[in-house]
Amino acid sequence: MTDEFLPEGRAKQQWPIATPNGGGVEAAEPAAPTGELRRPKSKRVGPRTREALLAYALILPALIVFGIFVFWPFLRNIYLGMYRSPISGDGLGRYVGLDQYRTVLTSQQFFDSLIVTVKFWILTVPASIIFGIFLAVLGHRVLKGMGVYRTLFILSLATGVGVAGTIFFTLLDPNIGVVRSLGISLNPPALQSSTWALPSVAIFVIWLNVGLSFIVISAGLQNIPDDLFEAARVDGAKTLRRFFRITVPMLSPTLLFVFVVGSIFALIQSYPPIDVTTQGGPINATTTLPYLIIRTLRGTAPNQGKAAVLSVALFVVALVFTLIQLLVLERRVTYGSGSDDD
Amino acid sequence: MTDVVRRGRGKRIAKSVAWYALLTAVAAVIVFPVYVTVVNSLLSYDQILSAHLLPPNPFNPQVWSDASDYYAQAWSEGHMGRFLLNSFVMTICIVIGQVVTGVLAGYAFAYLRFPFKRTLFVVFLATLMIPFEVTVVANLSFISNIGLYDTYAGLVLPFLATGFAAFLMRQAFLALPRDLWEAAELDGYGHLRYLWKVALPLVRPTVAALTVFAALGAWGQYLWPKLVTSGQPNHDLRTVQIGVRELFAQNITNFNIGYAGLVLAMIPLLIVLLAFQKQLIRGLTAGAVKG
Repeated sequence: MTDEFLPEGRAKQQWPIATPNGGGVEAAEPAAPTGELRRPKSKRVGPRTREALLAYALILPALIVFGIFVFWPFLRNIYLGMYRSPISGDGLGRYVGLDQYRTVLTSQQFFDSLIVTVKFWILTVPASIIFGIFLAVLGHRVLKGMGVYRTLFILSLATGVGVAGTIFFTLLDPNIGVVRSLGISLNPPALQSSTWALPSVAIFVIWLNVGLSFIVISAGLQNIPDDLFEAARVDGAKTLRRFFRITVPMLSPTLLFVFVVGSIFALIQSYPPIDVTTQGGPINATTTLPYLIIRTLRGTAPNQGKAAVLSVALFVVALVFTLIQLLVLERRVTYGSGSDDD
Repeated sequence: MTDVVRRGRGKRIAKSVAWYALLTAVAAVIVFPVYVTVVNSLLSYDQILSAHLLPPNPFNPQVWSDASDYYAQAWSEGHMGRFLLNSFVMTICIVIGQVVTGVLAGYAFAYLRFPFKRTLFVVFLATLMIPFEVTVVANLSFISNIGLYDTYAGLVLPFLATGFAAFLMRQAFLALPRDLWEAAELDGYGHLRYLWKVALPLVRPTVAALTVFAALGAWGQYLWPKLVTSGQPNHDLRTVQIGVRELFAQNITNFNIGYAGLVLAMIPLLIVLLAFQKQLIRGLTAGAVKG
């Protein structure tokens, strides 16, 4: 993009969440030694200890936050799940061990929420990526005024889930929404129909996320060397053929990233869009697992222990899903741009 | 000969007209929901009900005085002013926290040698594998137990550091030439002075990208602010994302206020998006694309 982009763009190991080289965690290992600077060996122990102490002091603030708000609650969740909450919803309740895990994880409610979660994933993730590719290919063209179009393409990022959800809620409202003036009248209205509620939420989520996948895929597109297209054109390859034979394979690492991160979002972050629009209804048609967790925690019959069990299940679901995606898709990804040397 | 050239040019013009038509159509679809919201915030109650879709006559002074009424009501009685303030406070605290903790930890991982460095780095990256949604039950019980329910502190504390920020800053520091530190060390610089005077100014683009990225995330937060604030009228810590939805729910017969509130809620982020688009794109792509 700009020259500012270069130093960082050239840095190795840029995948914080998940990499096709096998997960962000491993990314640390080959890169770690490169950061260390050779220092002349000091005879005294002092400077090295000081350096280590300084390092711990610099790391400590972040580590405290992680300890209190990431690792400890993660473990405590598992433990909270072993207590059956009292009917009043207050206090820890009675210790029942893994019993509660068994009852909750074999319940029909949990199973139904998993189905809705998977449906939500199917409805949102592929569409977000396809529209993202579409927009990125459109925006890649060198045309006067393209900057304006690119800004319009990412307009939804300026809203946020609460604002965007409220906008879609009003659009679909049977009394004031534009669906009415567009001549669409559903009975029951879209958000109250067990058939249309989830697709409606999905459309809003796709709209909200497409700016993001557009930006990331655009950046991937810019990294494809132009001479590849030039060569293909000289060889007489048609546009569609160029798209499927060059663009898609060269883009595959980016697409894998968008797919994995987008899938994690779709699986675990579905509470906000659903809370803004349908509140899980009608009946349970839009009750995904994340929505079920919060409803169990804060609904009419609050139950912390059950919510904790469901949270542990959510973690396992997201983890298994991510691992499967990486294992299955990694093989289909093409790595091969010149700079890909690590 | 000239005929061929002219035909080629005609074809080219036709082609770019087609491109602009396609781009405009796609942009219109994306902008449409926002457009309808802005237009509705300027329309009267009856016009909204009749699904007008066109902006009101801008030369009619009545239109503007009515619209400013809706906006004023959304701001004060609708508490949008308060919601925006809450979102600002929350966003600023979270951004400062993430940037400071990210820069400090990133520097340590890039420049310093210490025991368990690799292990600690893996610990930092492991936080990325534990989404907040998974820990929210225990976090909420903890924040309530220590008496921070319905406070700004409770709102921001869990987000003052992320593994992503530390990782991003480490990468930026690693990309700096190593001679720089050696030269500074010869000049008698310690690590803290080098970080503050030399390294930090050089990684400013990354700090800017991280700032915009963190701000976008913080501003858009929904789950935690909803759970940790009560929305009690006398102690209102609701943020924009939640408040604006409640504003609509409370004004089911008076949508003008709701629409005006939606527009007010979009303005700050629109400004950020227009002013810092480049930084935003850097922040979003830093993790995704290899150079």
